[in-house]
Amino acid sequence: MHLYNVTLQRGGNIQAAIYGSFSAPKTHEIVVSRTKVLELLRPDANGKLQTVASTEVFGKVRSLCPFRLPGSGRDHIVVGSDSGRIVILIFDAKTRRFKKVHQETFGKTGCRRIVPGQYLAYDPKGRAVMIGALEKQKLVYVLNRDSAANLTISSPLEAHKSRNITFSIVGLDCGFENPIFAAIELDYSDAEQDHTGEAAREAQKQLTYYELDLGLNHVVRRWAEPCGNGANLLIAVPGGGDGPGGVLVCSENFVSYRHQGHREVRCCLPRRSDLPSERGTLIVSSATHKQKSMFFFLAQSEYGDLYKISLDWENDTVKDVVVRYFDTIPTCSSVCVLKSGFLFAASECGDHALYQFRGIGDGEGEVEARASAASGGGADPLTFAPRAPSNLALVDRLESLSPVCGLECSNLYQEETKQLFALTGRGPSSQMRVLRPGQTVVEAAVSPLPGSPNGVWTIKESKSQEHDSFILVSFKNASLVLSVGETVEEVTDSGFQTNTSTLDVRLLADDSIVQVVPGGLRHILGDGRVNEWRCPGRKQITSVSCNDRQVVAALTGYELVYFELDETGQLLEQEKKDMAGEISSVCIAPVPEGKLRSKFLAIGGYDATIRILSLDPQDCLGPLAVQAVAAVPSSMLFVNVSTSDLDEESGALYLQAGLANGILLRTEIDAVTGQLSDTRTRFLGTRPPRMVGLRIQGKEALLALSSRPWVGHASEGRFMVSPISYEALSYASGFSSDQCPEAIVGVAGTSLRILVPEHLGGAFNATGCRLRYTPRAMAISEDHKVVAVGQADCGVVPNRFVTAAAAPGGEDDDMEVEGEPEGGREVQLGAVRGPADQWGSCIEVIDAATLKVSSRVDMEDNFAVTSMSLARFEGQERDLLVVGCARNVTLQPRGCDGGEVRVYSFAEGGKSLELVHATSVTDVPRCIEPFQGRVLVGVGKALVLYEMGKKQLLKKSECRKFPHFVVTVETAGDRIYCGDAQESFHFCRYRWEDNQIHVFADDVIPRYVTASVALDYNTVVGGDKFGNIFVCRLPADASREVEDDPTGGGLLAAGGNGADRGGAPHKLDPACSFHLGDTVTSVSRTTMQPGGKEVVLYVTVLGEIGALVPLTSKEDADFFSHLEMHLRQDNPPLCGRDHLSFRSSYNPVRNVIDGGLCEQFSQLPREVQARIAEELDRTPGEVLKKLEDMRNKIM
Amino acid sequence: MASTSDRLLVNSQLEHLQARYVGTGHPDLHRYDWLSNIQRDTYASLVGHHNMLQYVALCENESVGRTKYKLLNKMFLPCGNPPERED
Repeated sequence: MHLYNVTLQRGGNIQAAIYGSFSAPKTHEIVVSRTKVLELLRPDANGKLQTVASTEVFGKVRSLCPFRLPGSGRDHIVVGSDSGRIVILIFDAKTRRFKKVHQETFGKTGCRRIVPGQYLAYDPKGRAVMIGALEKQKLVYVLNRDSAANLTISSPLEAHKSRNITFSIVGLDCGFENPIFAAIELDYSDAEQDHTGEAAREAQKQLTYYELDLGLNHVVRRWAEPCGNGANLLIAVPGGGDGPGGVLVCSENFVSYRHQGHREVRCCLPRRSDLPSERGTLIVSSATHKQKSMFFFLAQSEYGDLYKISLDWENDTVKDVVVRYFDTIPTCSSVCVLKSGFLFAASECGDHALYQFRGIGDGEGEVEARASAASGGGADPLTFAPRAPSNLALVDRLESLSPVCGLECSNLYQEETKQLFALTGRGPSSQMRVLRPGQTVVEAAVSPLPGSPNGVWTIKESKSQEHDSFILVSFKNASLVLSVGETVEEVTDSGFQTNTSTLDVRLLADDSIVQVVPGGLRHILGDGRVNEWRCPGRKQITSVSCNDRQVVAALTGYELVYFELDETGQLLEQEKKDMAGEISSVCIAPVPEGKLRSKFLAIGGYDATIRILSLDPQDCLGPLAVQAVAAVPSSMLFVNVSTSDLDEESGALYLQAGLANGILLRTEIDAVTGQLSDTRTRFLGTRPPRMVGLRIQGKEALLALSSRPWVGHASEGRFMVSPISYEALSYASGFSSDQCPEAIVGVAGTSLRILVPEHLGGAFNATGCRLRYTPRAMAISEDHKVVAVGQADCGVVPNRFVTAAAAPGGEDDDMEVEGEPEGGREVQLGAVRGPADQWGSCIEVIDAATLKVSSRVDMEDNFAVTSMSLARFEGQERDLLVVGCARNVTLQPRGCDGGEVRVYSFAEGGKSLELVHATSVTDVPRCIEPFQGRVLVGVGKALVLYEMGKKQLLKKSECRKFPHFVVTVETAGDRIYCGDAQESFHFCRYRWEDNQIHVFADDVIPRYVTASVALDYNTVVGGDKFGNIFVCRLPADASREVEDDPTGGGLLAAGGNGADRGGAPHKLDPACSFHLGDTVTSVSRTTMQPGGKEVVLYVTVLGEIGALVPLTSKEDADFFSHLEMHLRQDNPPLCGRDHLSFRSSYNPVRNVIDGGLCEQFSQLPREVQARIAEELDRTPGEVLKKLEDMRNKIM
Repeated sequence: MASTSDRLLVNSQLEHLQARYVGTGHPDLHRYDWLSNIQRDTYASLVGHHNMLQYVALCENESVGRTKYKLLNKMFLPCGNPPERED
């Protein structure tokens, strides 16, 4: 068994973000680490975040810092990762790639305790960086430039101190004196020796200064002083003339200014008024804004409140620290203040946001704490009630699914493809999202039309114009011309013929317009004169195609007429030709830049052929090539695609043809001879695709309108065709206006739609429904078209939420607008905090049609929902909802005061739930699965089989042979596959005859299972806590033995050779194993497209959606493993981690091919591609085709 | 038979390893030290792997920053005060 791993959507979670000018001086850019992926984001002129580059690094990025050499305008990127190496990158603006400048090895690989990589700090003057580990090790690298202005790196200087835990490191701003790094450290050597506990009580965190002596080239511990045991984060204060220098030490509940030779200035953080007294306020992220004249800090607390911290200082003496409440936004892992007046907030969970500053928080009436005031340093802190942001205005958001807790696939909406239902987010950002495969488009406008159109075009008034001025809609016997301005209005004096339908409209190179009607051509000149060309006799135009200078029309009676724009601005008939058969479609290639005409014309015939004709004046309409295709080509389009990011000129001309059987055919055309080669096909839908040219990000792209719309564009060196998540469009055209420069105007039914594609390249379009608490379990009822979601949060007061009135203006608030009408528009800022063992929990029933909560059942008495499933019990006609819940759950150590399995029935047509009965259980019911008209419930260490009873569920059988905690149950036939929280899978068998469940096989590797799904009778795929995905398979002979045994292996399991060895009689084989680097929370087996292949779909904590595709032939497995091998050699990962070692972090990688690495083939330089392809006995085109086919099999 | 000098060499190499790699054991290692070391490694691994940190934060309904702070504090004395030792 071989699997091919593909990422469908990269994890949305951002672990660290840094701001700087990476591609060129004076640019405002953000580099984010999505743990496994490095990305460069740039806000465009409208404030929309554009992803400029995104690279998978096949390792774990743990820290990032920008680094700028003195006098340089550009920043380097220093990366701390799990590779045991420090890596310095630079962003190459031309190729749009990260480039490795330096890579220095210092330790073992892996995220280890004493191997540096967790912390990075840089000297603001650009002379050194420090890379630190969680314990003991810190290394300083001196960076400099050589005579050619290249960055040089020294050998590392050690600043180790054993038995010291490091909490934070920062580089001090101390002008051009020796660089100093500050760290918060905690020494445990004494405490570990003293059994009385005296030393442990006295131990204090130390603020330590490490000075890099540039003259002597070593690091000294310059200063250390206790800084309180709540300290967790350091912020460097500008120095060297711009400020007093030193650091701000953020601690639980307060922030203090510290510097060597300076007294401590401590200021208490204002607290949220609703916070219980035992909870502190911890700063988790911060950003510094520095201008010539002033500086301030924005620090964010764990609850999401932003504080503005400023210093009152004079001559290196800080007199006061002022902390003001600024705004409340979702809690961030990193915040960046951009010099262009934006704030980038990388959320810990949920969507990331870009805000624009509307104020800098100096308004009256805000809570302000001062170190000098009595309340500032004292025990009684100021309080405030959080409010919706008033200093920040949301500009753009970057979607993130992270964290995803659950996933189910179902075609609840009866669409062409299945929808994915994902439980995402945490606390206030919790959502149940419906994901549909396809590009997201935003509907900007919908307007009804007086009939059913048969065409739509947009036209500019002249070539120099940037935006379109007319939309022409054609009907059966009329054409409607709309002018685009402030409003869209009908115009009558446009010069277009409106009493007939239109076949095509085009602005020509000399700013005249050609309108093609069935009866002939109308050439509308710039001054309003119209030259007409009428079809001879009773003939009519059936198909037409134009470019900037050329028009070709196919007439009834197999005739082809060719026109060209001459020097005097006349559109003249050049050539006429009788074809052998009826023409289904024609298409003319775009005029190459700097040329007078295009050389190629494509003709599709009803004999299912595509012919390429020459338009060369010497050989006008002469045949060049012919290709037989599977069906009649109903629509064609030429697209210039640059196949490589590396040089824009490396483009090739492709003919895209939509065939009558719904297939999109793509063929490359040789620019000189016109020969066709490298044909690729893809099934798009049940309607013949109609091809429309478009521009996306300034490059040529295409729309293919079939039973759903598709968009094709070049990205990362590949031409990708992906579905648009929108209803079917019959006609469409590109549309450019002030508001949206790259929109689409389309016709769906009898209405005109204006659509704007958003965040191009996203694989899924998400719509969602807000939830109260973090979702933990879900069940989908296909009968009632509802989704039941079980939610639970610990440490909150049930049913009390922090809300604030939404900011005036309303629509730009970024947080959760409660849809309930009574309170007006309110922003939810999360549940009110309570004691750690208090739970808020409920079950919500969401109506799929409206995506609104239709009813809610609150869990009273400190019960928390832990699992749920739909089940149809024997003798029942309807599905019932079985919910597992537990009372007073404690997480560490795991425990509860008993649980309950509750059975609910759907009432009011599925809109609400009615409790049927509840059954007590002794432990946490963590998983529920229907099984032969009964339910299996995993209760703590036991698996219990229940039957439906009148007053409660009736226990029928029980198996207590599980080592720790049953977390997943799957069934097939009589077999039950249980996942244990620490001991991998156990295969069980239920015997009807003696009503017993017994374990007949288990695993030899202790895996901490988090999710599982059965693939076949002998095979289970699962994910574990450490980020592995694996397949366990029962050996065929063992399977046979169990089936043949009259006791079903029961005898063996009960008394035989299994029990005394402390395990089951049979052992599972590891069939596949792969380290994803991200915890899988749910797996399912599904198909993603009609007639598509069955794949294993998984979701992870960091929001990634991926698929494992089974490779069906030995040849494929061979090919891809060889390709993977070559790429490992020729394309080593960016952050220095060896690919094979990363994928084998916990268990050696086995039978899984990394599709993500294979797909990087398209980004390699041409010669490397050619070399690898040659070793695989193929051409680079064939390799690319194979990779593309693989991806197309999924969605 | 290893000579005395060989044994000394082995000893000194072991000492070197113990100094260099935190957690390298020795024959007289106390159960407490071994457990502390394992737990510190575990906490460090949870902090170092962002997905696991997020996972823990999700379960505990705390922010990632708070979770990291808690885990780092736990690294101080993961098994409580040391037992009385007789040296």
